[in-house]
Amino acid sequence: MATLTLQDIKKSFGATAVLHGVDLDVQDGEMIVIVGASGCGKSTLLRIVAGLETETSGEVLIAGQSMKGLEPADRDVAMVFQNYALYPHMSVFQNMAYGLKIRRMPKDEIVRRVDQAAALLGIGHLLQRKPRELSGGQRQRVAMGRAIVREPKLFLFDEPLSNLDAKLRVELRAEIRRLQRRLGVTSLFVTHDQVEAMTLGDRLVVMNAGRAAQIATPMEIWERPADTYVAGFIGSPSMNLLHATLEAGGGAAILDAGGLRLPFADGPRAGAAGRKLTIGVRPEHLRLGEGGLGVMVELVEPLGGESVLHGKLADGTPLTARLPGARYGDGPMQLMLPPELLHVFDGETGKRIEAGG
Amino acid sequence: MRKKVIFKGTLLPYLLLAPQLVITAIFFFWPAGQAVYQSFLREDAFGNSVQFVGLENFLDVVNDQTWLDAAGRTLVFSGSVAALALGSALFLAVQADKHIRGADVYKTLLIWPYAVAPAIAAVLWLFMFHPNIGLFGRMLNGLGVPWDYRLNGSQAMLMVIMASAWKQVSYNFIFFLAGLQSIPRSVLEAAAIDGARPARRFWTIIFPLLSPTAFFLLVVNLVYAFFDTFGVIHSLTHGGPGKATETLIYRVYVDGVINVNFGSSSAQSVILMILVVALTVIQFRYVERKVHY
Ligand SMILES: Nc1ncnc2c1ncn2[C@@H]1O[C@H](COP(=O)(O)OP(=O)(O)OP(=O)(O)O)[C@@H](O)[C@H]1O
Ligand SMILES: [Mg+2]
Repeated sequence: MATLTLQDIKKSFGATAVLHGVDLDVQDGEMIVIVGASGCGKSTLLRIVAGLETETSGEVLIAGQSMKGLEPADRDVAMVFQNYALYPHMSVFQNMAYGLKIRRMPKDEIVRRVDQAAALLGIGHLLQRKPRELSGGQRQRVAMGRAIVREPKLFLFDEPLSNLDAKLRVELRAEIRRLQRRLGVTSLFVTHDQVEAMTLGDRLVVMNAGRAAQIATPMEIWERPADTYVAGFIGSPSMNLLHATLEAGGGAAILDAGGLRLPFADGPRAGAAGRKLTIGVRPEHLRLGEGGLGVMVELVEPLGGESVLHGKLADGTPLTARLPGARYGDGPMQLMLPPELLHVFDGETGKRIEAGG
Repeated sequence: MRKKVIFKGTLLPYLLLAPQLVITAIFFFWPAGQAVYQSFLREDAFGNSVQFVGLENFLDVVNDQTWLDAAGRTLVFSGSVAALALGSALFLAVQADKHIRGADVYKTLLIWPYAVAPAIAAVLWLFMFHPNIGLFGRMLNGLGVPWDYRLNGSQAMLMVIMASAWKQVSYNFIFFLAGLQSIPRSVLEAAAIDGARPARRFWTIIFPLLSPTAFFLLVVNLVYAFFDTFGVIHSLTHGGPGKATETLIYRVYVDGVINVNFGSSSAQSVILMILVVALTVIQFRYVERKVHY
């Protein structure tokens, strides 16, 4: 159990810069989920914390101690890999005991710890099997057991669930959360699945092209995304992003498509008339109503209690709406944008603009 | 998924196999059959009469002290060749598996000795270790080490062991390297995070995962040392000085070609053949059971 601090971590592989300076402060016992598109540097960041990769510049501190130049073996962290990375020639028991044996723990203590972890994970009956005799879910449990028995300062998870089927994924997700809470071990969890991110993390780090676009609790990120990337990445279906310009006085936006006026409920935005904006609205916040935004619906996906409608605005901008009920057809439709649920972003930088800012 | 091609009838498949079968028959089964046949016969000194003697040739061979000496020598020779060739190949493969600059050049260079004919390999070693013209041979003598493998039996043995092992290192290297590269990197990383330092990672993870490969290579190397080293020995020492480097395979040649004792020579080859078949059978048994994945 420990805190983790990342200070301006940068990493390049040869000429390609992968991380452009990541800062992060993790509290003792906190579960941080790092989420982002493929190739944005999530694994690289995790591997730098583990010591498997060396940062080009910046510093990793675990429990306040600099990890500069320390081998993975000296960092007292445990890692769970996507492909499990079990030792194929060892039994489940030996897999879990490996790290303890290296630390010269007495035999009876090893047996006690392994038995305890195995019971916790429900793999007590598998201890004598070899990894190849296990199912994917069982292997992942063993990999977690191997991490737990060590009682490390830090758990690192690199997409541990993405090789499993959907049902098992949900099951193990809940299990990981329960275990992490119960053991109180500080954890970093990498995923590109936003549902996993939202449900697992005390806080999320949304990464975009080697930078942390936003670090906040899942609800904060959902309610107040820091920029258009985060806005589009978190939430399903993703947020609609519409081009608009600021009205004189800053009290409303005028949509480029159709010229609809959208007043800001929470106060005016700074800037001259005509400032380029991007207005974000979540599909589930759109409602049917006269005098709204004109949409040509092209596809309706009924989900039972609700439907997802895909359509286009007059200028061809795609729009998605999630509406209650199942009785919708293709064709023209008017949708209202509730003023209190609009997100305002700068049209050029994509950064969020708060009222008065 | 392997695609199975099914031929109609049996003629075509046999026809396609025929060249291989014919070659195997002419160059292996026929001479091998001849050897087995000869091993039961005895010819008189002038080659006038041939007579069937049953297992007498075999009994003579195994009761011959000089043959037993050669067998002991072969054991030392083969064991040393296998140990040296396997050990150095493993070491080199571990080095090549690290991410180093110029790794491809290094790998290519290491594979070359395999393409070198035994006689040429022997000449190469001769140029290095000949007491008068060899670079290292002269250096040793210059340093006061009385080096002359033409007179000193142990030195001769050392020479043929080194030259034979050198030729086999490439082959072992390729297999070891492939074996190393088939170990998932994340498994080694997991071990590193579990606290294992490089030496421990090698002995507890890499080595056990390589052991099926190592065992396969051990058998191949032993078979190589038994049979394929004739060329090296013949070019370097002719089995001498005295009988210092006369291994079983060299003795087959000496008795058969030089002493023209076909019966005994054939019996010796048959014994060697049985040995190889036994080794191969053990190998298949073991490898089938010991694969981890
Ligand atoms: N050893 C390496 N050498 C060169 N480039 C690398 C290396 N490892 C990673 N990269 C590059 O760094 C970038 C980030 O890789 P990383 O594995 O961290 O992505 P990721 O966010 O984990 O993606 P994914 O979700 O697909 O796992 C990628 O563009 C990748 O090509
Ligand atoms: Mg990754």
